[in-house]
Amino acid sequence: MAKQTHKILKMGLMVISLFVLAACSSTSDTEGDMSGSEGSSSSANSSGSSARSSAGSNSGQLSQEEIRAQNALRQTVFYFDFDIAEFKTEDRNTLTFHARDLASSPSKRIRLEGHADERGTREYNLALAERRANGILNYLIVNGASRSQIEVVSYGEERPAQSGSSENAYSRNRRVEIVGR
Amino acid sequence: MRIRAVIVGAFLCLLSVSATAELSIQITQGVDNPIPIAIVPFSWEGSGVLSEDVDDIVRADLEQVGEFRSLSLSNMIATPHDESQVFYRDWDILAQDYLLVGKINRAPGSQLVQVQYEFFDINRQVKLAGEVLTGSVTQLRDIGHEISNVVFESVTGTRGAFTTEILYIVSEFISPTESIFRLEKADYDGQRAQVLLESPEPIMSPSWSPNGQDVAYVSFETDLPRIYIQNIATGQRSQITNYPNINSSPVWSPDGSKLAMVLSKDGSPDIYVQDLNTNELMRVTEHPLIDTEPSWSTDGRSIVFMSDRTGQPQIYQMELGANSYDVERLTYDCFQCMKAAFLPDGVNLVHVRRETRQSPNYQIAILNIETLRVITLTDTSLDESPSVAPNGSMIMYATKFAGRGVLDAVSIDGRVKFRLPSTQGDVREPSWSPFFN
Repeated sequence: MAKQTHKILKMGLMVISLFVLAACSSTSDTEGDMSGSEGSSSSANSSGSSARSSAGSNSGQLSQEEIRAQNALRQTVFYFDFDIAEFKTEDRNTLTFHARDLASSPSKRIRLEGHADERGTREYNLALAERRANGILNYLIVNGASRSQIEVVSYGEERPAQSGSSENAYSRNRRVEIVGR
Repeated sequence: MRIRAVIVGAFLCLLSVSATAELSIQITQGVDNPIPIAIVPFSWEGSGVLSEDVDDIVRADLEQVGEFRSLSLSNMIATPHDESQVFYRDWDILAQDYLLVGKINRAPGSQLVQVQYEFFDINRQVKLAGEVLTGSVTQLRDIGHEISNVVFESVTGTRGAFTTEILYIVSEFISPTESIFRLEKADYDGQRAQVLLESPEPIMSPSWSPNGQDVAYVSFETDLPRIYIQNIATGQRSQITNYPNINSSPVWSPDGSKLAMVLSKDGSPDIYVQDLNTNELMRVTEHPLIDTEPSWSTDGRSIVFMSDRTGQPQIYQMELGANSYDVERLTYDCFQCMKAAFLPDGVNLVHVRRETRQSPNYQIAILNIETLRVITLTDTSLDESPSVAPNGSMIMYATKFAGRGVLDAVSIDGRVKFRLPSTQGDVREPSWSPFFN
């Protein structure tokens, strides 16, 4: 009896921890912080084969590649290092998926919004944030997107994602956002 | 391409009501030996209570520029209101160098008031100035600033800038997707603030026309940064540019006929000059890296600007009409030097300076382009947007205090500082007006 209740408790704990894990991965997705996204959520889906019937519909199973693409497209914010205009190498795969997505749907239009942190003069930050957005623009075009699909707007330091003068705020404010039009 | 349509502020509110958040002056640093001056409370010989205290306004003006210290009222042994009541010995005993007295009357048969003031040199025992200024009760503040100008100029030999005004931007951060931006105008000391433009999209880079009647600025109201000119008195505005990509940094030429600006329509930000009469656009710089922050030389024949063509922002100067490679580099001894503008003497260049790569501190400094001497004026770390008073005596700039954007002013020798704290929002990008007459 005691052993049984212990087992139930244990199972219950496992269920709870699964929920917590699921919650964790979904919040990090929406924040666009998906540096390790290719492994985590997609592999969990495919290994849990019993869940397939409920998750996927009848015939159109998503391929591994399609799942990766879907996850990549959910990342729409790209962060930059201080004084640096080039996007981070770990974002390259994600941006490739964005480029392919634009190439495969020519009617799709996006805006690239460039931002900087508050350090340095405002006019220079306006120019620097445009340089960041242009770096991503060029990468998307090289990988199949059309120039006419993309509008670039620099906001410099005028629209911070987080107010304040902390390092944390600065790192969240140096960014380029992909915004649907 | 070139739009010059008059815009009726459809989704923007053009307001001329007094702003709720007024700035008020706070002296943060003064000189060691300020000039002692006695300012006797002016008498009021009419009925009722005046809304403004003229002698208080003069006292505040003179003290915040740091060079004067006024005698406290409790130490005064006499309270004269005109020359007939002045005895130099009374003020000599109190070790005062100067004395200001005055009286205010109702102008006969009108709603106007007359302010009579007289200004004396105690050591030489002579009257230096005196006149009667007439105006409405609402102009008492202007009259006070006018008297401050006379006192300042009689003592220092430099024209006073107490009747000048400032433009600046206020932003209130509500959430990452929602902020309020305002272009405001106020007296030089932050009093009598008025909202000239309010928008949910960013407003940047306000710049006075040389005649003090118009302001040029950048507004993102169409979702893109575009340059506008607005008449300050009427509120009427026109969109000046609609080029692709960045349109920014409008700065009027000294004669008011042209607008220097930054456009990145050809790939990277470069300096251009637009003729405001013909709309003709002239390209000034041509470089694949960033050129921005244009400012005119005092003779209007060349432009100083910032470029990161050597890897980091440095200040350059170029004559209008010169070849794009005929550029003179002005700064070498800083990791980054940015946002330069000449003082009225045409030799000293105020700028924002970051000394080293290791410490990202941005401070206001002055470079003499003949002697190459550099004086750093501020010791805070996020100072930017310096703007020089038209008499060249002080520089107003934006900095951070207690986590908020505020405006500070510093004398050009760095000895005197005062602050205009606001009650809400981040205040930044001050632009000091020219003289109005």
